[in-house]
Amino acid sequence: MRTARSRGARLGAVAAVATLALSACGGGSIDEQTEANEEQAAESGGECGDLSMAVNPWVGYEASAYVVGTVAEQELGCSVEYKELKEDVSWQGFGTGEVDVVIEDWGHPDLEKKFFADQGDGTATDFGPQGNVGIIGWFVPPWLAEEHPDILEYENLNKYAQEFATSESGGQGQFLGADPSYVQFDEAIVSNLDLDFKVVFSGSEAASIEAFRKAEENKEWVIGYWYEPQYFNAEVAMQRVALPPYEDGCQDDPQTVACDYPETELKKIVSTEWSEGDSTAVDLVQNFTWTNEDQNVVAGYIASDGMSPEDAAAKWVEENQDKVDAWLG
Amino acid sequence: MTATAPAPAARKPVEPGAEPPPPERTSVSRWIPAAVIVAVWIVVYFLTEGTDTLALPGVARTDLHDRLTEFNNDLLASRDTNPIMQFTNSISDLLRSVFEWVQRMVVVPNPPRPVPEIGWLGVVAIATYVGFVIANWRIAVLVCLSFLSFGVFGFWQDSLDLLIVTGISVAIVILLGMPLAVLVGTSARANKVITVVLDLMQTMPTFVYLLPVVLFFGIGVSAAVVSTMIYALPPLVRIAGFGIREVPTTTIEATDSAGQTYWQRLFKVQLPMARKTIIVGLNQTTLAALSMATLAAFVNGPGLGKPVLAGLRINDVGAAFVPGALIVVMAVMLDRTTTAASERSEKVARGGGGNIRQRRILLAAGGVGTLVAVYLSRTYIGLAEFPVYTIGDKVATVVNDVMDWVTSTFGGVTGAFKDYVTEWLLNPMQSLLAESPWYVSFIGIAALALVFGGARAFVSALVCLTGIWYFDLWHDAMITLTMTLVATVLVMILALVFGVWMARDRKVDLGIRPLLDAGQTIPPFVYLIPVLALFGPSRFTAIVAGVVYAAPAAIKLVADGVKGVSPTTIEAGRSTGQTTWQEITKVQLPMAKGSLVLATNQGLLYVLSMTVIGGLVGAGALGYDVVYGFSRSEAWGKGLAAGITIVLLGVMLDRITRAAADVRRDDGAGPRRAFHTRLPIGFPGDRKVVET
Repeated sequence: MRTARSRGARLGAVAAVATLALSACGGGSIDEQTEANEEQAAESGGECGDLSMAVNPWVGYEASAYVVGTVAEQELGCSVEYKELKEDVSWQGFGTGEVDVVIEDWGHPDLEKKFFADQGDGTATDFGPQGNVGIIGWFVPPWLAEEHPDILEYENLNKYAQEFATSESGGQGQFLGADPSYVQFDEAIVSNLDLDFKVVFSGSEAASIEAFRKAEENKEWVIGYWYEPQYFNAEVAMQRVALPPYEDGCQDDPQTVACDYPETELKKIVSTEWSEGDSTAVDLVQNFTWTNEDQNVVAGYIASDGMSPEDAAAKWVEENQDKVDAWLG
Repeated sequence: MTATAPAPAARKPVEPGAEPPPPERTSVSRWIPAAVIVAVWIVVYFLTEGTDTLALPGVARTDLHDRLTEFNNDLLASRDTNPIMQFTNSISDLLRSVFEWVQRMVVVPNPPRPVPEIGWLGVVAIATYVGFVIANWRIAVLVCLSFLSFGVFGFWQDSLDLLIVTGISVAIVILLGMPLAVLVGTSARANKVITVVLDLMQTMPTFVYLLPVVLFFGIGVSAAVVSTMIYALPPLVRIAGFGIREVPTTTIEATDSAGQTYWQRLFKVQLPMARKTIIVGLNQTTLAALSMATLAAFVNGPGLGKPVLAGLRINDVGAAFVPGALIVVMAVMLDRTTTAASERSEKVARGGGGNIRQRRILLAAGGVGTLVAVYLSRTYIGLAEFPVYTIGDKVATVVNDVMDWVTSTFGGVTGAFKDYVTEWLLNPMQSLLAESPWYVSFIGIAALALVFGGARAFVSALVCLTGIWYFDLWHDAMITLTMTLVATVLVMILALVFGVWMARDRKVDLGIRPLLDAGQTIPPFVYLIPVLALFGPSRFTAIVAGVVYAAPAAIKLVADGVKGVSPTTIEAGRSTGQTTWQEITKVQLPMAKGSLVLATNQGLLYVLSMTVIGGLVGAGALGYDVVYGFSRSEAWGKGLAAGITIVLLGVMLDRITRAAADVRRDDGAGPRRAFHTRLPIGFPGDRKVVET
């Protein structure tokens, strides 16, 4: 009985405190805003509608997606939904209406075969370059390039192979392979150029970055697959090792690749059904282009300065109104 | 063939029925033929090293893999006409609209309203009230604080999204799972078939079925709900089925004699008597559902998994830690609430439950208070939208600082430890398993299975090894097996040290349990980055991740097992003047042998389930293959093959350890341990490990 009464007292006290707290922090009235929203909805016909933007898992992509999304929201009144997905899953979403835009595509021949009109079911459409140029290659941390400049030529790599050896590479030098979603021929390149290296796959971008960061800090020997545009390059300016230059067709047969990666023109891919609709965001996405530097700025805001992608994009949009105006046409 | 020769001599030296001492000698004698097999294997390895290893380069595929990919492509191409997909799509639409409706009620604006129908204050009040109604005021306070922490740390919407997804999944799991559990509990034949399917569901890496689930159910909430269901169904079916099966036959016979029908027996006798076990199953299912949160985020599943993955994307431990810790908070809240609710229902059923009139008054008062809170949250913006606090960011910064300090301080030591284990344990074992010709490893493993597990384990091992060979990833499978074994060795060392310590000192137990609970619940993605910073991308990093995940379960099992040794036995030993060390090694550990084998079994399976995560941190092998298949559509078949190979490895290891445990048993028929079920979170006094 005693416990029950004290329980009641406690509950009463809680209720009293709660009521007090409530009356103190009133804020605005919800009813007023609801009415305002209703009026607004009646006025604007909602030209843009919903925009589903795939967000593939690397920060540069996130930067592009949120900048376009922010402009669409602010200038065109779209309601943008960001969907965090891997590339493959995103492309599957074009057909089901779950994804409208993939804003940064690094080239996926296998997906194009399945979803482009001329080869597949036609649910995806190429919306042209988005301005960034993807540079993929073999990179070493800056301290290494500085102390051993000749390492930037692949012919000299074997000389240093032993320095790159780790517990994972079985006596050979270790080459750090990339996140599995990226296009990569490193195993073939190593064997076709007779390099005394073993490819060890980092497995994820996070793992690669952590390895490069530590290598630069502690002057460790690391060579691996890396790319631009990438915010991390602002923190550690990774240096590219020259492989035999890329020529058309030298990467056609994955087994015999012995050349460097080509520069990739990054593209926008959109849902065919959405692109044929009347959303005002279609033009925006079609017109959107920017540069590697632009993207690195926004990606840096997100990854190095810890801003939310929304804030980072809004900040860039505010500072670059001229570029934004050009997209809006 | 030579390798198998010594094996027959060691087969089951003692048949059941003998007096207790024999198990002691059994375990000694089995290590001798095992050592002979390994010795022969090593000799053969030196003669044949590097031939016929079936190694396949990281991004290479075989025809079989391409055929599997083709199958997926065909499905994809037919998605507009395939009737099954039409059906699953309509289910997925239904799931999505249910989710969105609930979301608009409690967490996102319901246009034209600028806020949800019920604001945060109302939600907190309702949750607290529910906690009070189904349990007691302590639980109500816990629920209230947990909900407030979701908002205060800045993840109000993600937390509620996760709760909604978990709620929907668990509701469906109950609808599908209870009939299955009844089948499992009442029919031995159904039990056998269903158990095989459940094994498959629990050992298949989630990444592998995430893509097919997306294909059938689309992106987002439906995919999240369906994959959560697949993962969370087995514990309920297993544990509830066990509860129903264990209802004493005498009770059933007694009530049957009164002429009851099948349904009367089920609803009046079996289900009520198994209620407590069923709720434990429900509890486990709920926790399993939560652990799917981060993986579902890979296909845009809503909830706390999203910010965890976002933190991983920018290598920010702190940013991933805060939502990860909130998942733990949610798990503890749900765990304690369901447990307390089951205890209360038990009490009420027995006519207890305290002063009813008093409780009614309190319930009415609480109800009115809740209604007032809901009304206020519908009226004032400040009570509908959770205020913004920066405390989450501050915690993230602190966590990052601590991690930086740890990695810069211990980086050298951990690196040396990594090299030591890699050089002396990992590399030699991997050479033996993966660099021997495949048929040599095949025979070696099968022979060891025969020695440790007897004929049944031998047959299972043969079937599984043949399957592994068939799927063209033999070399990768052997590397993964090596990592799994090494990780399990480390897990068992930790389990023995901490388990015995906890069992012998109640204070230690109280101090360590919460850490173990957190280790079991916090998403592995949160600790990937610090582990990476300490050890770099390597096989050892994956091993560490596996150990962190598997050790808590093993430690708890060993602790509970050692604690279960009867005090009289220990007293008897003490009276003969044995030392503490003797007491542990001669009495406590031998008598807890069953728990040790079970802990090994669970350790193996938990570590194996981390294979895919290991693939993300440079471990290569099967984990990488699965991630590769998930990431690139042309390699989908290879990912599937790798997933199936992991299942086969898991089934093989499980059957061998299970059979090894059975051979050791000297008590004949009786309840078997619940291999596979997750261990309950909580203090030892709260409840016992479920056995089946």
